Amino acid sequence: MLRFILMRVLQALPVIFVVITATFFLVRSAPGGPFDQEKVVIPEVKKALEAQYRLDLPLHEQYFAYLGDLAQGDLGPSFKYPGRSVNEILFSGLPVTAELGLYALMIALIIGVTAGVVASLRPNTAQDYVPMSLAMIGICMPSFLLGPLLVLVFGIWLDWLPITGWGDIPGDKILPALTLGSAYAAYIARLSRAGMLEILSQDYIRTARAKGLPEWRVVTQHALRGGLIPVIAFLGPAFAGLLAGSFVVETIFQIPGLGRFYVQAAFNRDYTMILGTTVFLSSLIVFFNLVSDIIAAWLNPRLRHQLSGGGS
Amino acid sequence: MALLSVDNLSVSFVTRNGTNKAVDNVSFSVEQRQITAIIGESGSGKSVSCYAMLGLVPSPPGRIDGGTANFQGQDLLALSEAELRAIRGRDITMIFQDPMTCLNPFMKIGDQLIEPLTLHQNLAKGPARARAMALLDEVGIRDPQAAMSAFPHEFSGGMRQRVMIAMALINEPKLLIADEPTTALDVTIQAQILRLIAELQTKRDIGVLFISHDLAVVSDIADQIVVMEKGKVVESGQPKAIFDNPQHPYTQKLLAAIPSGQKAADTVAPDPLIRIEHLRTWFTPTAGAEPVKAVDDVSLEIHRGEVLGLVGESGSGKSTLGRSILRLVPITGGQITFEDTELSSLEGRALKQFRHRMQMIFQDPYASLNPRMTVYDTLAEPLLLHGLVNKAGLDQAIRELMDNVGLARSFLRKYPHEFSGGQRQRIAIGRALATRPEFIVADEPVSALDVTIQAQILDLLADLTKEYGLTMLFISHDLAVIRQIADRIAVMYHGKLVEEGSTAQVFDSPREDYTRSLLAAIPGANAA
Repeated sequence: MLRFILMRVLQALPVIFVVITATFFLVRSAPGGPFDQEKVVIPEVKKALEAQYRLDLPLHEQYFAYLGDLAQGDLGPSFKYPGRSVNEILFSGLPVTAELGLYALMIALIIGVTAGVVASLRPNTAQDYVPMSLAMIGICMPSFLLGPLLVLVFGIWLDWLPITGWGDIPGDKILPALTLGSAYAAYIARLSRAGMLEILSQDYIRTARAKGLPEWRVVTQHALRGGLIPVIAFLGPAFAGLLAGSFVVETIFQIPGLGRFYVQAAFNRDYTMILGTTVFLSSLIVFFNLVSDIIAAWLNPRLRHQLSGGGS
Repeated sequence: MALLSVDNLSVSFVTRNGTNKAVDNVSFSVEQRQITAIIGESGSGKSVSCYAMLGLVPSPPGRIDGGTANFQGQDLLALSEAELRAIRGRDITMIFQDPMTCLNPFMKIGDQLIEPLTLHQNLAKGPARARAMALLDEVGIRDPQAAMSAFPHEFSGGMRQRVMIAMALINEPKLLIADEPTTALDVTIQAQILRLIAELQTKRDIGVLFISHDLAVVSDIADQIVVMEKGKVVESGQPKAIFDNPQHPYTQKLLAAIPSGQKAADTVAPDPLIRIEHLRTWFTPTAGAEPVKAVDDVSLEIHRGEVLGLVGESGSGKSTLGRSILRLVPITGGQITFEDTELSSLEGRALKQFRHRMQMIFQDPYASLNPRMTVYDTLAEPLLLHGLVNKAGLDQAIRELMDNVGLARSFLRKYPHEFSGGQRQRIAIGRALATRPEFIVADEPVSALDVTIQAQILDLLADLTKEYGLTMLFISHDLAVIRQIADRIAVMYHGKLVEEGSTAQVFDSPREDYTRSLLAAIPGANAA
């Protein structure tokens, strides 16, 4: 088990390294720099600024200096917000984004699994077609369309829920979480339907029915565990995707999360901020992938056996 | 009064392509304390009849058109789903064909075993576990305590079938339905499981409905035999009457298909085509672990023009030996010589040039054909790959192949899923013959097929061996099949060659204990 985790972490390091390197040089190759946009700066001041942020060094030296800082967990100072480090900014936005992502994931799971299981019980009937068509719409509809639509219906026409903010008015977290989670709910619905259909056609389901178990027990005790393994394997990437993809929703609903900084950093050529956010999010993606792989393997007795046999 | 009496049962499947009568006016009965066997090929409706009475045929598409099934004074077909559930798993229980897939891989054996007890008798977990352990012991599981907390994948097929039997008996049912319970098992295991079922049946005084496609299997244990074909009962009676004096042509055909008799001994001058010396094929599962010695120091000669039968149970290394000869798995040591060429050292192009002289036919015709290639493409691929024909001669060559393996030329544009198992195996044989090989490894080529189809494929292989002048290594766990086709027999056990000799020699005077136990396990001693 330990060896499995260690191997996976070791495999992840080159991935993150490539992400850092590619991002570093891509950002630098974009025209413009952090101090080019606003009012004209006297050359002496600009020079001093560049020296302060190591921009006067040759590119490869900057690169190795950055790697050195990174190895110590230091993402560097922000160019755009003088006096604040990228670490500070990230960790101020992270709790909000993580909370939003968590709610969205819970909504996605509850709606998705329910719809998928319900659809799988009577395939190719209305009970299957209706939730699956909704899921298709959910996958196709981008959040910048769904968000305003939900705002229009629940916020303006029905006037049930607040339309902006985060934690200011009760209920203002519902619409953003729903907007962010719906595409994932749709995807999870399709995954769980496919997984359940596969398991429900297995011989051991027939064995369970032959025992005289009522259908709901056949589904909950015999089918769900195997049927939802694909969903669980997807949860890790999904949560990472929710964190990284929340900026559209954060912008629509004016939420002070990570995503906003990310987008602004790109406009501002805030090199360290762009790099820091990218490195942070890609590490999260790798981490959550690993976690969900471990859980999925743990749920499957056959794989679990191999894991613990692999030298824990 | 009969324990179960089914009268005029009809079941059909309603699909978009029309209604298909799977079971047509079928009547049979199971007496108290007796075994009734239903015999028929796949698709004959034998399983559907039994599943339908228990409400296990999904509806739609299944539909019960009529009939009654009286069990202890109740008509099963008239019961509600809830009433039927109360009988299912308590009074009537089932064991199924494939023990590998019939146990839930995500649940511990113990939890699956006690489920019927907690469900039907409201027994608490403690006493239920005690009861389950006693029963595991009774069906011959060595360490019941450990078995309770094991997962199914830790057990072999035979052990899993024992668990299934324990699960079916745990509520002391009145009727046990066994649907091909031994078809997926090796001969020796099959004999053990059959004996176990017969034993438990006498001890517990239950009625058994035994479904099988293999007359030989049931001949030893059945009190009553019902033969089904295409949804209808064509003949029924006591085993002796059926075997001695079969009335219906289909029953006669089934009887004739039981592999029996021996190949007429050809006097082939021993001219070794393939010489295997001290062959070792070991697998190392993880670095540093003890290697699995699948083939361990085997020396063997295969003579030109002969069919050498290679016998052994699953795990004996017989398939690995076949694959090693064809260099489909890397070998660990030893030598394989084909004519005068040392195969074990060939690499790359030289090996590829050799490949068309040696081909393989696999066990599962469902899995070994590419589902996205038409028959034409499947047959054309090896011909073109080895440059054996040019584009102009391709059509002609493929049509000849189709004729040779007994397939209509109109099938050429069809895909594998449109064919039956027997037809698919014919395609697979055609694919193997396409390169005009001199040597063929046939790995259990008939064990996935029904008996009558099996007989046809064996005939085809025997004919083609003569026509093409083939040398064949015929791998099987089924001695009766081997006896019919092989000139000589080699027996493998735990990776070693334990016995080798002419077919007559091995059958009449086996030298090794292991060979004797294999021979004793052949079902249908009464039938032959």
